[in-house]
Amino acid sequence: MTETAGSHHPYYKVFAWLTFFTIAEIVWAMPEGMPRWLLIAGLGVMATIKAALVGLYYMHLKYEGRLIWTVIVFPVVLVGVMVAGLLPDAFGYW
Amino acid sequence: MSSATAGAPSLQRAPTFFSPGKLGMWLFLGSDAMGFMGLIGLYMVLRISSPDWHNPALDPTMGLGLVAFMTFVLIVSSVTMVTGLAAIQRGSRKGLLVWLGATILGGALFLGLQAYEWAHFIHLGHDLAAAFTAETGRAAPFTGYQGTFFMLTGFHGLHVTIGVIYLSCIWLRAWKGAYSAGSNSPVELAGLYWHFVDLVWIIIFTIVYLIPDPAGGYAA
Repeated sequence: MTETAGSHHPYYKVFAWLTFFTIAEIVWAMPEGMPRWLLIAGLGVMATIKAALVGLYYMHLKYEGRLIWTVIVFPVVLVGVMVAGLLPDAFGYW
Repeated sequence: MSSATAGAPSLQRAPTFFSPGKLGMWLFLGSDAMGFMGLIGLYMVLRISSPDWHNPALDPTMGLGLVAFMTFVLIVSSVTMVTGLAAIQRGSRKGLLVWLGATILGGALFLGLQAYEWAHFIHLGHDLAAAFTAETGRAAPFTGYQGTFFMLTGFHGLHVTIGVIYLSCIWLRAWKGAYSAGSNSPVELAGLYWHFVDLVWIIIFTIVYLIPDPAGGYAA
């Protein structure tokens, strides 16, 4: 039998992890006095994990082939170029 | 298949049903992601370059609680969506109708909460602008915060609105018996769109609401 994405159902585990990381993000953002870079880095890592969980398991990217991945990687690379181009402008105002 | 792997569910990459529709949806989502990233990039650049950026989660009336609940609603709607897809892949049309209906309700609830949040901030903006004008005799300036906050969350809200309409059309077709275990590609494509909307909100929630002002602190 050919395996498909629908053969696997870790959906509720993923839901539990998404809920956990959402609560963790809020808790992480609450305390005052934490170095700003550490706060933003922690939030960024947790948001990336959540986005990856949704993409890999709910959008079934874990089971997709190279063509779909290419379609996704291309805009991500372009976004990286755009952010790299814009950030010097942002810091230039200081 | 070896005896060691026969009983365990394999999570190695396996081909899913591939269709031109799926490729088209992914191409659309890729281009849509670039649109969102443009707005998010603009928001980040303006925020970094402004020393006194307002964080909406600092608002004493709204706090972080409302938007955290909105985020939870979208996460729940994602799991109901994927459960609905799994149901029709097993041949359960009733399961699809129930879970897809729950997804639509989740999307509608999110939109209602966002409308409430917007109404609050719009009234607050009017009050602040009136106070500024009374004090200085000049019209209140339009800030980068106002523009980017409403543009970014509004663009996402538009996607949720389209998603709710899209899923409602799928639900109606399912009710008429259009999908089965062997024919459910439109449900999967609608699911891709809906999860994308959830994924984008995960990023917006972090960047717009969770990263505090340089002064720090939240109104929980």
